[in-house]
Amino acid sequence: MINEHLPALIIGIPLLAAFATPLISKINDKLRNIFVIGVLGATLCLVVSLAFNVFDNGIFVYVMGAKSTGLSLPSGYRMPIRIILEVDGMSIFMAIISSVVAFFGAIYSWAFMHKETGKDKYYTLLLILTAGMFGMEFTGDMFNFFVFLEITSIAACSLVGFKIRRGESSEAAFKTMVLYTLGALFVLFAVGILYGQYDALNIATLASRIQYTAMDKVALGLLVAGLAMKAGAVPMHMWVPDAYAEAPAPITMILVANSQASLYGIFRVCFTLYGLTISTHTVGWIIIILGILSMFIGVTMALIQKKIKRLMAYHAISQTGYMLLGVGVGLAVLSDANALNSYGLKAMEGGIFHIINHAMYKGLLFLTAGAVIYTTGKRNLNELGGLAHKMKFTTIFFIIGAAAIAGLPPFNGFASKLIIYESVYKFNPMLSIIAMLVSILTLASFVKVFQSAFLGPEIIKIKKEPKTMIFAMLCLSVIIIAFGLFPDIVVDKIVAPAANALVNSMQYIAAILGGA
Amino acid sequence: MIGNLPFVACVVLIILGLYTLIFKRNLIKIVIGLNLVQCGVNLFLITLGYKSDSVAPIYTMAGKEEMVLPTPQALTLTSIVIGLATTALILSFAILIYKHYKTADASKIRRLRG
Repeated sequence: MINEHLPALIIGIPLLAAFATPLISKINDKLRNIFVIGVLGATLCLVVSLAFNVFDNGIFVYVMGAKSTGLSLPSGYRMPIRIILEVDGMSIFMAIISSVVAFFGAIYSWAFMHKETGKDKYYTLLLILTAGMFGMEFTGDMFNFFVFLEITSIAACSLVGFKIRRGESSEAAFKTMVLYTLGALFVLFAVGILYGQYDALNIATLASRIQYTAMDKVALGLLVAGLAMKAGAVPMHMWVPDAYAEAPAPITMILVANSQASLYGIFRVCFTLYGLTISTHTVGWIIIILGILSMFIGVTMALIQKKIKRLMAYHAISQTGYMLLGVGVGLAVLSDANALNSYGLKAMEGGIFHIINHAMYKGLLFLTAGAVIYTTGKRNLNELGGLAHKMKFTTIFFIIGAAAIAGLPPFNGFASKLIIYESVYKFNPMLSIIAMLVSILTLASFVKVFQSAFLGPEIIKIKKEPKTMIFAMLCLSVIIIAFGLFPDIVVDKIVAPAANALVNSMQYIAAILGGA
Repeated sequence: MIGNLPFVACVVLIILGLYTLIFKRNLIKIVIGLNLVQCGVNLFLITLGYKSDSVAPIYTMAGKEEMVLPTPQALTLTSIVIGLATTALILSFAILIYKHYKTADASKIRRLRG
């Protein structure tokens, strides 16, 4: 019974809970925190059970409010008109990331947001943001995708500007909101262009009808530009350091997952929507170049930063580049079956594996930065020092996160980066060398943070970090080490189905149109 | 050619909006620019479904068979509602920025840089 409605429940439960949160806040603050964590925990369980379903039975199609996807007229003309949710390997992979990150973000928030006012609004927005991310990942309808994109934009920007007593927060939120809205309007314009030509909003139907005319090229450009803006790829990255640095730490972690949901949008558009018609070589190279630029500019900007979260935000841009590089190589060789089987699929697996690894270690790093800001009240690295004396746990977690992002074994960053280096080297050695160079610069920059914030004599008074914050960081560290020690299991179980789902776009189309 | 005029108007609106976004420094004008882009896109959607000499798509008591396409109108309605929400949110941030910085000039609101 419950299995039939899983995708709708996964979006619906956080959304309904979001609007129940202010009411429960009226009773008791503690009860509200337990409620929010409980709801996100239940959603995580539902996502996992849906994941088993999808991996066992293939693509899961859910039709909102009806049994069949389309409407058959008496004349025999059949068209898909309903709003559908279509969950394949890639969608469920992204949903796992979003739910894990949102769950630990809520646990961390308990202590982190303890002293703030307006927590009922905070948790409401957090739940809406989560529901919006699930919606973006599950939907099989272009306009629906735009709606969920805007839901995440509004919730995310309200959370970025949550600390209204700081002018910087409002400044960051204003910038971010302008760019998010502009990106979403690009997407809407592209949806309009596609609808005007093919009379459909359904991704599968559009993909089967698309002709790749001049207008379609315009639409593709608008979609990729709009979504890359929200994913934070260079050259549309100006909002990333501001927003990531100013948002509360648990929200920054969820914002990373939100950016990755937009990245999923790019992959869905390139592989599924245009997969049958585009010259994949050209578009693949465009994505590779976006990735290389993001990698290099992100890390060089990070080297000169002095504020701890701003530095990490630039690293987030740089790591997004790895994902674009891996998946871009896969797209560039999509039409060449030999190359695809020998290294293209492997590169995509590396890129996709890097998405989940990045969400985990970057989340952990932002949480440690949040713990530093929480205990000291300082953001500038020059004013920090000797934190390792008092904050032993945070120091260990920071070392784990920093080693993972720099790609040191045995942590998960090493596992995915190694796959990317190996496979991309076969495609083009230069790209692989740049990726390794960026990795070394990343390590250099984190050594600087470690040395100046955690080592040295105690120069400031600090208090100990609260238990719930340690618990959230500990769980993420365990995941990082587990992924680093057993990468083969993770790649086989969840990453390979995701990569295959992107490559075999015909399956996605056939699930709706029934093979026709 | 004359039939394409509405589409040209949409694109002109969008380009005007983008120009305002890029070259104007006042926060309120930036929001206006964003709204211009929004109006252009909404107008584009409405134009897609328009058919001259046709009636509103309500079957009860409809005078004739030719109707405008209702789907783009539904899309536009949704998009207008979303646009209202985003505009309200951005304007509230503009008010907060003005409170903290005592200016609405975007070139002077630069505490976050580098």
